[in-house]
Amino acid sequence: MDLSVRIGSLTLKNPLVAASGCFGYGVEYAEVVDLSTLGAIVSKGLFLEPREGHPSPRIVETPAGMLNAIGLQGIGARRFVDEKLPELRARGATVIVNVCGTTLDEYVEVSRVVSDAEGVAAIELNISCPNIKEGGIQFGCSLNGTFDVVSAVRKATRLPVVPKLTPNVTDVASFAHAAEDAGADAVSLVNTFLAMVIDVESRRPKISNVVGGLSGPAIRPIAVRMVWECRQTVKIPILGMGGIADARDALEFLIAGANAVQIGTANFVDPFIWGKVLDGITDYMERHGVARVADLVGSLDTREEAADLT
Amino acid sequence: MPIDVPARVLANRRLSDDYNVLTLDAPAIGAAAQPGQFVMLKPGTGADPLLRRPFSIFEVLRDDRGAAAAITILSKRIGPSTRLIFDAVPGRRVDCLGPLGRPFTSVAPPSGAWMIAGGVGLAPFATLAEALTSRGVPTTLFYGARRGGELFYLDFFRALGVELILTTEDGSVGERSRVVAPLERRLAERSASAPLMLYACGPEPMLAAVARASARYGRPCQISVERIMGCGLGGCYSCVVPMRADDGAVHHVRSCIAGPVLAADRVVWG
Repeated sequence: MDLSVRIGSLTLKNPLVAASGCFGYGVEYAEVVDLSTLGAIVSKGLFLEPREGHPSPRIVETPAGMLNAIGLQGIGARRFVDEKLPELRARGATVIVNVCGTTLDEYVEVSRVVSDAEGVAAIELNISCPNIKEGGIQFGCSLNGTFDVVSAVRKATRLPVVPKLTPNVTDVASFAHAAEDAGADAVSLVNTFLAMVIDVESRRPKISNVVGGLSGPAIRPIAVRMVWECRQTVKIPILGMGGIADARDALEFLIAGANAVQIGTANFVDPFIWGKVLDGITDYMERHGVARVADLVGSLDTREEAADLT
Repeated sequence: MPIDVPARVLANRRLSDDYNVLTLDAPAIGAAAQPGQFVMLKPGTGADPLLRRPFSIFEVLRDDRGAAAAITILSKRIGPSTRLIFDAVPGRRVDCLGPLGRPFTSVAPPSGAWMIAGGVGLAPFATLAEALTSRGVPTTLFYGARRGGELFYLDFFRALGVELILTTEDGSVGERSRVVAPLERRLAERSASAPLMLYACGPEPMLAAVARASARYGRPCQISVERIMGCGLGGCYSCVVPMRADDGAVHHVRSCIAGPVLAADRVVWG
């Protein structure tokens, strides 16, 4: 059974990827998960300089989901390369770095820093964080901005470039298309949905940033639909995500057209989720006689059945 | 290394209309746990509530040979998850991830140990009191609650030889005051040459007051903080506490892995 998937020039040993912002820098989970068994891990978003993020409270639970506004707290690209990457490398992790920027130049500079380091497999471009004004969302919500930032980073690195798209636009597929035109090797989608929760007794927002990003099972059907729409529009690989909590959820994304899937919120609930989801996928492949997980990708059957019943 | 145990509820003892002690069949976590550590519990199945909740390990129950047989947690019913904890019936499964976090640092005689607990902040002090008294450390518990009916496990601490100083907001038991008032008096009375460690857990205003008092009298103080926590493993950056580093800069520190026990003099209070 072949579980490997290709993301541009990069081959992942399986389609399960730890989502950015949901797995620390990876090293935090080294005691509970053999990092080398994951398809890849995506680092927390990194700017050039360290950032402290938003004050507490940063999260609030919602029906079948959670709202977060962490504010991209992070140690910065150079410290990541110096302090975290060596351990990740030693543990055999496939590392995708989530690159942030407040300007086009910063995206390029951070991409250069991580490209020069040993042991980075790909760059995920964070052009979709909903929680900070200068967090790239101004690029991710404009087709020209998306094209420009992907083009600029494409020229600055030999690594696969994977922009992560926001769902907070009218037509996410047009953004996938702009990314593909600009030379992206793949796209990740979806980031979180901009949302808010209010404490009616105090009339206060439940998180300090007032608004935040909604994730978890609540968003999954929307995310599946968006992956499916992008699959109709682009040829490049898609890393699909949004509320995946078990193998069946992951399979939905693969069948909708994702080449690999990312798991985020569900890892908070169960840090041992990875083996369970992989086992579930292999069980499914056995039951359905699927030899290569890549054969599931985009295998949605939309034929009309027996329409004429008269 | 933390483990995830699909623990069964062995007992659910209600202490009041809000508080209960849940006994969980998680001996492996009990065997590994150190005072001050916590578990992440998922009292419901499915997606609502979705996230686990952090609870201090309250007691490690032991069999006749002294081996860990179960753990308990002390819970106060506040939201959906603690309501499930309050209503949990024996036999129910509660996924239990732990032990997690940095424990208290113990002391040895001749140092004294003063534990300061507010409300459900009693939770980390049962195991700490056992560890301290077994080493012969003279141990005092300053314990405050809204009313006398919410002061629990007093006999447990007495049996260990812990001195109890009780306060209630309504004056029904002990002194009618906040728990920090008798603490301040005792700090003023104690000889500066007599070594002492303070340990505190409770509502944030209480922790801030204890931190101020400990600083004023030059006493080291370890506090156990409770923040809204998403994962308990350092993955989500939800549970941060602003803390001052050696260089004076303030950083957001993850209380799940740098804590929950933190040095009171480094915390920047809001």
